[in-house]
Amino acid sequence: MFLGRLFVNRESFRTYYRLVMEECVGIGIGSIFLVALVSTFIGAVTTLQTAYNLVSPFVPNWVISQVVREMVVLELAPTIMALIYAGKIGSSMASGIGTMRITEQIDALEVMGINSISYLVLPKIIASMLMYPLLVIVAGVCSLVGGYLVGTLTGIITPHDYEYGLRASFNEFTVTFALIKAAVFAFLVSSISSYKGYYTQGGSLEVGISSTQAVTSSVIAILVAEYTLVQILLTND
Amino acid sequence: MIKVQNISRSFGDKVVLRDISGTFEKGKPNLIIGASGTGKSVLLKCIVGLSRPDDGQVFYDGRDFYAGDNELKTEIRREMGMLFQGGALFDSKTVEQNVMFPLDVLTKMKADEKLDRVNFCLKRVGLENVNKKMPSEISGGMKKRVGIARAIVNNPNYLFCDEPNSGLDPQTSILIDELIQDISEDLDITTIVVTHDMNSVMGIGEKIMFIFKGQKLWEGTKNTIIHSGVQELDDFVFANKVMNNLRK
Repeated sequence: MFLGRLFVNRESFRTYYRLVMEECVGIGIGSIFLVALVSTFIGAVTTLQTAYNLVSPFVPNWVISQVVREMVVLELAPTIMALIYAGKIGSSMASGIGTMRITEQIDALEVMGINSISYLVLPKIIASMLMYPLLVIVAGVCSLVGGYLVGTLTGIITPHDYEYGLRASFNEFTVTFALIKAAVFAFLVSSISSYKGYYTQGGSLEVGISSTQAVTSSVIAILVAEYTLVQILLTND
Repeated sequence: MIKVQNISRSFGDKVVLRDISGTFEKGKPNLIIGASGTGKSVLLKCIVGLSRPDDGQVFYDGRDFYAGDNELKTEIRREMGMLFQGGALFDSKTVEQNVMFPLDVLTKMKADEKLDRVNFCLKRVGLENVNKKMPSEISGGMKKRVGIARAIVNNPNYLFCDEPNSGLDPQTSILIDELIQDISEDLDITTIVVTHDMNSVMGIGEKIMFIFKGQKLWEGTKNTIIHSGVQELDDFVFANKVMNNLRK
């Protein structure tokens, strides 16, 4: 019902365009530093840990970066970042809308004849689905760069081996899969967080509770969705 | 004119409004009064469509709000302006953007026309040179005035004010009351004010509906309120020492 009201009694395209752009800036620019920082360190640590575990002289060094690539593209960039995204953007959406609810700003929109769900939530969902896949791409690149820097500077792997490993047996579908996951996770985080915020009742304490519930529910939804997507899209038979 | 017929509203087992009927006339402030928790604000929410009544009808100049489709509801709502208890200004927007908001979303006016209209409305409520201030930078009374400016910017036919004087000093309260009265008369609009402030009642109460425990017990004007003969209303009106002394 909540999502159904997104498309009823909408405002003009111009209004949504402006709102989506504002949300894109908030989500994209506001998150890029955290995403880049976390993913660079994740890439670096993954490289070190993979090297630590590959002790056999029969395994070539370029396998390290191949493992890092698979982990980053399939799991770390889209999924771990989604958990961080839920914590940062999801809680911000829930608390922002929740505060508007308890201070009667949503009622003010309704009295003006504006569909508040469509006006407040639709731009957030669209912006989220546009920006989160881009953040996942940034996260993937930063992770691989982080791994490269640590791997080469500590002498674990040569630059040539690292690049070779990144390209070896590369399946392009993993990138497509990561972007599909990113779009689904972005939808889940933005819609669940908006829902929790929109139906906040009470005062500032309840806004905090809604924000926490938004993150918890989003994280559970992400994990369930990931399992489902892997089952559907990555099962060979 | 707004007419309500047999409005009832419950929350779970608790009956908040029982069978309330009445008319609210054009060109003057219509007051809904009563002690806290008697259902005044719920009645107002039922009238503006923020809370659907369990039973009853609300007519806006003959148009049945709840029987209408979404289009009619939107059409009627776009003729409304509302001042909320806390102002309900958008935190992330400046005063100017707040007042301009209904014009931005609901009209196709040009930017300079919108700005002129905003400045006119801000001047009308006695505010100038505050356009670029954020709601957090202005006082409670100014927030109420910005709320009124936003409510009237789109030339509404119906103005609703929920506790316009709450949290304000007596002088500012009188200013807000006079402003609401002037706007109602000048624009010839139907105004409903929910209040429990006796100063407002005696100042602008040209038509008053008294609600007690969810029921309408009395209807009249500021001139007849002190001779109502309704015990519950007398208890409400003369709870104030000054009013009590006046009676004596």
